[in-house]
Amino acid sequence: MRVLKLRINGDERQVAAPEHWTLLEVLRYGLGLTGSKQGCDKGDCGACTVLSDGKPVLACLTLAALSEGREITTIEGLMPLHIQAGGTGADPVQAAFDRCGALQCGFCQPGMMLSARALLNRKACPTRAEIREALSGNLCRCTGYTQIFEAVESAVAEALGVTPAPRSWEAQRLPRPAGTAVERQEPR
Amino acid sequence: MAARDQHGVGAPWGDGPAGSRENREFQVVGKPLRKLDGLAKATGQLAYTDDLALPGMLHAKTLRSPHAHARIVSIDTSKARALPGVLGVITGRDLPIKYGVIPWTQDENALAVDKVRFIGDPVAAVAALDEDTANAALRLIEVEYELLYAFMDPRESLARGEPQIHEDKKSGNISKHVELSFGDVDAALQASEVVIEGDYVFHGTTHTPIEPHCALAQASADGLLTVWSSTQITHYVQRALAKVLELPVQKIRVIQPALGGAFGGKSDPFSLEFCVAKLALLTGRPVKMLYTREEVFYCHRGRHPMQLHYRTGASRDGKLQAVDAKILIDGGSYSSFGLVTTYYAGQLLTGPYHFPHYRFDSTRVFTNKPPCGPKRGHGSVQPRFAFEVQLDQLAERLALDPIELRRRNFQGEQTRTVNGQRITSNGFLGCLDEVERASGWRARRAKLGFGRGLGVAGSMYISGTNYPVYPNKMPQAGVQLAVERSGRVTVFTGGNDIGQGSNSMVAYLVAEELGLDVADVRVVAADTDLVPVDLGAYSSRVTFMVGNATIDAARKLRRQIVEAVAAEWQVDVARVRMAHGRVFDLADSARDVASAEAFQIAEARCDTLGSTGSYNTPTLGGDYRGGTIGASPAYSFTAHVVEVAVDVETGRIDCQRVWIAHDCGRALNPMLVAGQMEGSAYMGLAEALFEHHDVNRFGLHAGPSLLDYRIPTAVDTPELHALIVESLDPEGPYGAKEAGEGPLHPSLPALSNAVFDAVGVRLTELPFTPGKLLRALRERAARSGSVPAAAPAQSGGGRR
Repeated sequence: MRVLKLRINGDERQVAAPEHWTLLEVLRYGLGLTGSKQGCDKGDCGACTVLSDGKPVLACLTLAALSEGREITTIEGLMPLHIQAGGTGADPVQAAFDRCGALQCGFCQPGMMLSARALLNRKACPTRAEIREALSGNLCRCTGYTQIFEAVESAVAEALGVTPAPRSWEAQRLPRPAGTAVERQEPR
Repeated sequence: MAARDQHGVGAPWGDGPAGSRENREFQVVGKPLRKLDGLAKATGQLAYTDDLALPGMLHAKTLRSPHAHARIVSIDTSKARALPGVLGVITGRDLPIKYGVIPWTQDENALAVDKVRFIGDPVAAVAALDEDTANAALRLIEVEYELLYAFMDPRESLARGEPQIHEDKKSGNISKHVELSFGDVDAALQASEVVIEGDYVFHGTTHTPIEPHCALAQASADGLLTVWSSTQITHYVQRALAKVLELPVQKIRVIQPALGGAFGGKSDPFSLEFCVAKLALLTGRPVKMLYTREEVFYCHRGRHPMQLHYRTGASRDGKLQAVDAKILIDGGSYSSFGLVTTYYAGQLLTGPYHFPHYRFDSTRVFTNKPPCGPKRGHGSVQPRFAFEVQLDQLAERLALDPIELRRRNFQGEQTRTVNGQRITSNGFLGCLDEVERASGWRARRAKLGFGRGLGVAGSMYISGTNYPVYPNKMPQAGVQLAVERSGRVTVFTGGNDIGQGSNSMVAYLVAEELGLDVADVRVVAADTDLVPVDLGAYSSRVTFMVGNATIDAARKLRRQIVEAVAAEWQVDVARVRMAHGRVFDLADSARDVASAEAFQIAEARCDTLGSTGSYNTPTLGGDYRGGTIGASPAYSFTAHVVEVAVDVETGRIDCQRVWIAHDCGRALNPMLVAGQMEGSAYMGLAEALFEHHDVNRFGLHAGPSLLDYRIPTAVDTPELHALIVESLDPEGPYGAKEAGEGPLHPSLPALSNAVFDAVGVRLTELPFTPGKLLRALRERAARSGSVPAAAPAQSGGGRR
């Protein structure tokens, strides 16, 4: 056992853990931060991705002891950090994933959103190809990635104050057949 | 009640005259609203099974067979039991009762009794203070095996039959044989002007949800057992636990926490659920077991490998006359849903095209491989692949446009299939129109130059299965509503939200029916202590069945509230309408109250408010043995166009774009429907290009990891365009049908057909590896006498 001093989501935490524990084990079992998921435990799926000094790393392949002295951000940290920075509610990436339907089962998404967050922190307006590249270490089995790309682009558009391009399924949607109810937003 | 009995022959929505379906504006239905649990998932707050921990919890692990087929001579667990930190060790003797999801083919044990049937078959389980100790204890268990001949090839297993994999089976290693014939296939084929004949191979794939299977059990001192499990069917797990543990059903509570993907792979009861329950009962402590990724690959239940032979006869104008199919299904080592698979392999082919004569002969055979089961598009993806490639071959032979050929054979709406299934709404023509338009088919097909091409395919799938797996006359779906004075409504449903958004769907329908904000609807789901029975998330039944049950319950509640408010205002009930969070008097715009106030009026006048609703299927299906399998209250329809670029030097197929048109009846939430369509197409394309669930000659998995089993990354996935087609089904909730499984089917054949358009070779054996493509190109070159390298790569006009 060893007492680790970790800085997680802005908090100084001390946790006793076996020397061989990974960062993922410390987060999930030591600190109860279960938002970081274990999909394979061998660095293939990306579900355990967290940010270490702003860079996405695989928590299941990172020895916890090596994270001492680094700033670790997990999915649980995004909203509080956003609020601390003067924002309200969820981080814009989280809100965009929610708004765009990118969260089906949601199991891969903590890692996915942190990869997206890291991308947007270093590049304000990435291309679709850059988004694909940045998220290529995070496997998703539900969405076919399309609504994830659209969510990242929606977050970008929001940050830049522009209207996002229509989502693929909207752009392809035909006017409804004659006689069908017209959908319009009612004042509440 | 069946939707039709419940709502009359008109659609179950709208307040206008009978038969008028589109007479209302919807507040919620049809809008791309957020999911109920979206932000809880996005912020990491929602707990999945492995996120749960209980005080004093033990960790359990499974010892698995290293042999594909062997008799167990002895098991010695004494050393494992003696290891400090080990609190429980169980073997097959502790759980001797067999189970299986289909009541007639229960051939599984939680832990092997007497023999093992595949590498990975569970043999013993250990509960210890931590995982490391449990793993150490597994290594101390001594098992003596007597090896038996192991079958890896279904043809050999079928032909030899000995040694039997299941010794109580009557006929060798046959798991199930189905032969059904409709019309006179031989005569019709004889009379057909064109007959296409061919062999096709589906290789076998697996679900690969990102969340591994996990279960947690707690036994209370008063004899109650609670099991949290990553299952997509809580009700069947509860029944199976009761049977195997010999406990009364009412003593067992099964809860499905948030679920990290399933795709059919969490429909069977799994060994771990029984093991944690037994170990919790034995130790008096909570016990959790989490499968490793490797174990997920071995426990499998993925898509069956099939060897398919098809003969399709048509007239010269392209009208289908007869289809004759012979299918050999590799079931792996246990029955699972295999009885149904064997039927589905034939029964679900009979749309969206009309053919008057049909025969299929499908045989499921046991082999010593991980057991197969239901994967998204259960039983029908493999035959659909073969048949839709045949249709392309037919179009080629007749020099017809492949989309035109499919239009010509469209079966129509409100009709019956050759095998006696009732078709109600059918938007397949709309699907063909959509993919033709969006892909630029007419301007681009066969005109993209050598190496690039477009391919089309169509399909049909069920919206729920008409009969539950255990026969009973009770509703397939039940829903309960409770009302709070604040204006909040809580829905209690047994429907399993496995990420597809079924809890949100239920909330949308309640909000629509009661004129509430979706945020004021809570959903309690998939906890057998709290909710009415629902048969779970399989066969694409949830939107159709749970949706209809929800509407039933909501309408009963609405009636109570509207009547109470009408009495309060002393007006006719027809004047009272619930919408936009308020209750209005239609004849007096000045009079309205907030929903919460209306609820209070109703509670004061009536009683504690609440309602129940249910759905059961009407009597359907063909009048013959097996005629009810494949019967569904509604069918969804799909067409895809796939665009590929083929590199003839490397044999690599680059799937670039896919247009997916799917008739989902009505999109209750088009964003979620599009997500299902995109995810389905992605999964189908991955099966065609990348994935292969395979074992070597010893039965050892070819690559049980997410690196070796190549599910596509964000970079590998093509552009996906979802085209929603709405046929408004007369019995679906607001006209809705399924969207989660149907849109997978055409991906595989459309890709093969696109490769043909690109380079003129037919790929009939999945997956489409570079090696297979290069071989096909070489064979074609040998036939035509030219060398493939001489093919004018990437230049227009020179194809074939």
